[in-house]
Amino acid sequence: MATIARSNPFKRRPGRIPGFGLTLGITLSYLSLIVLIPLLGLFIKTAELTWSEFWGTITDARVLASFKLSLGGSLIAALVNLVFGFIVAWVLVRYSFPGRKIVDALVDLPFAMPTAVSGIALTALYAQNGWLGGPLEGVGIKAAFSRMGVIIALIFIGLPFVVRTLQPALADLEAEIEEAAASLGANRIQTLRRVIIPAVLPAVLTGFALAFARAVGEYGSVVFISGNMPMRTEITPLLIITKLEQFDYAGATAIAVVLLVFSFIMLLSINILQLWSTARSR
Amino acid sequence: MAGTVSINLASGSRAQAPATRDAPIVRWTLIAIALGFLALFLVLPLVVIFAEAFREGIGAYFASFNDPDALAAIKLTLLTAAIAVPVNVVFGVCAAWAITKFKFPGRSLLVTLIDLPFAVSPVVAGLIFVLVFGLQGWLGPWLAEHDIKVIFAVPGIVLATLFITFPFVARELIPLMEEQGTEEEQAAMTLGARGWTIFRRVTLPNIRWALLYGVILCNARAMGEFGAVSVVSGHIRGETNTLPLHVEILYNEYSFVAAFATASLLAVLAIVTLVLKSLVEYRVRRQIARAAIGEESS
Repeated sequence: MATIARSNPFKRRPGRIPGFGLTLGITLSYLSLIVLIPLLGLFIKTAELTWSEFWGTITDARVLASFKLSLGGSLIAALVNLVFGFIVAWVLVRYSFPGRKIVDALVDLPFAMPTAVSGIALTALYAQNGWLGGPLEGVGIKAAFSRMGVIIALIFIGLPFVVRTLQPALADLEAEIEEAAASLGANRIQTLRRVIIPAVLPAVLTGFALAFARAVGEYGSVVFISGNMPMRTEITPLLIITKLEQFDYAGATAIAVVLLVFSFIMLLSINILQLWSTARSR
Repeated sequence: MAGTVSINLASGSRAQAPATRDAPIVRWTLIAIALGFLALFLVLPLVVIFAEAFREGIGAYFASFNDPDALAAIKLTLLTAAIAVPVNVVFGVCAAWAITKFKFPGRSLLVTLIDLPFAVSPVVAGLIFVLVFGLQGWLGPWLAEHDIKVIFAVPGIVLATLFITFPFVARELIPLMEEQGTEEEQAAMTLGARGWTIFRRVTLPNIRWALLYGVILCNARAMGEFGAVSVVSGHIRGETNTLPLHVEILYNEYSFVAAFATASLLAVLAIVTLVLKSLVEYRVRRQIARAAIGEESS
């Protein structure tokens, strides 16, 4: 049998599949035209600034306040998503309950919904006269038009990243490992802490990094609920637009470069995390 | 002897099963937390859109669409998607073909570069096109001389949308085609098929669900993109307003019913996308599983 398979004519003469030059050519040209050259333009434009101009722009008090809000708010939102996203992924993978499939599909809503629509919906919900904003106001919490509003929007936008990264990792966990832990006398909490969480750690960190990276660049879902007060609730992407509207192209570009470099660093870390998790699963 | 051992093992693992399963109270608490969180963060925002849109009755709802600016926004949104989706399909298929059917240096770098637009903030994505095509940009003076408008015009909106939706089709196809390998294409070649025939008759049937999946996601994003389009559009009513931008304008003018009515169209689009997505997802998974099995047995 094996010899027949080896002398299979299809395998013996692996001719070259056509289309390499054409498809790679189209891919590289289109990638360069739409993505690479425009992105390069940003760096070239920044190079027109002197170092002190650049540094002065990005260390301006208003810009620094926006960095602090965007990074801090995104960090808090990603941490909240880490906890609740883990629970949601666990429930969806491990338990069966009526409506599970619908809930599973619903998790992608923040991906599918245009960000502006999410933005005005969250604002209507958390504003003073909103369904949730009213009761929260009653207990002295101002949800919309505050930093908390920014965080709420960023939680919304980041949730699917954590859930969708964790689901396959949790599904791949083999029941035998947990059984072994249980038979060695571990209780459920110990099994979770010592066996399950270490095994899905790369996925947890990847999901966290994806949610965090998305949140830092997010614009549409945040601008309505944040109130956009300079120094207080102004996120970095909004500040870029403000500078553009004032025809301060140099300022907008300098801030955009900082955001872009941050994106590259996050992309690199996410790739490294994914390499780690595939290396582990082997 | 061997039989008794295996029976013992089987009954042993059954006895231990409860230890690896969560107690009902834990299970239902976790389900309640998960559903409560999702209801708060996903369901309520979705419901509030329709509640606000119908706040002043069904007549006011439909009156919102009886506005030439709204119709122009719908048209522009459809036009943008009608350009961006096919272009990115052609690119996505080409990229996936080159990356998965051939080995060449820099292959994994190329995969990373294709994902790049996902990592870039939408606002930065819009800005880079302003810097290239805007009046102060590289090509600005030349374009102005020839009376071609890109920024604050439809071409700019299309370009920004192309950038944002760039990875969707390619990244759905690459993992599937990687799993499927090249055996079937090589078989077709030895039978004398040429490139285009191989693609149409062999590859396309194998990837059709993943392709459709990519198209669904790409289309949703193309119609819904806000940040990047907002930077390049200039918000000219009736001319450079897409639906999401129209929502913003109405909202900022305090025409809340009209804003939420327009938003409800986009919310319906999102729901349809989710439904189609879960229908197709199942078939994509089956196709990937089948490819993986095929690989193991060969």
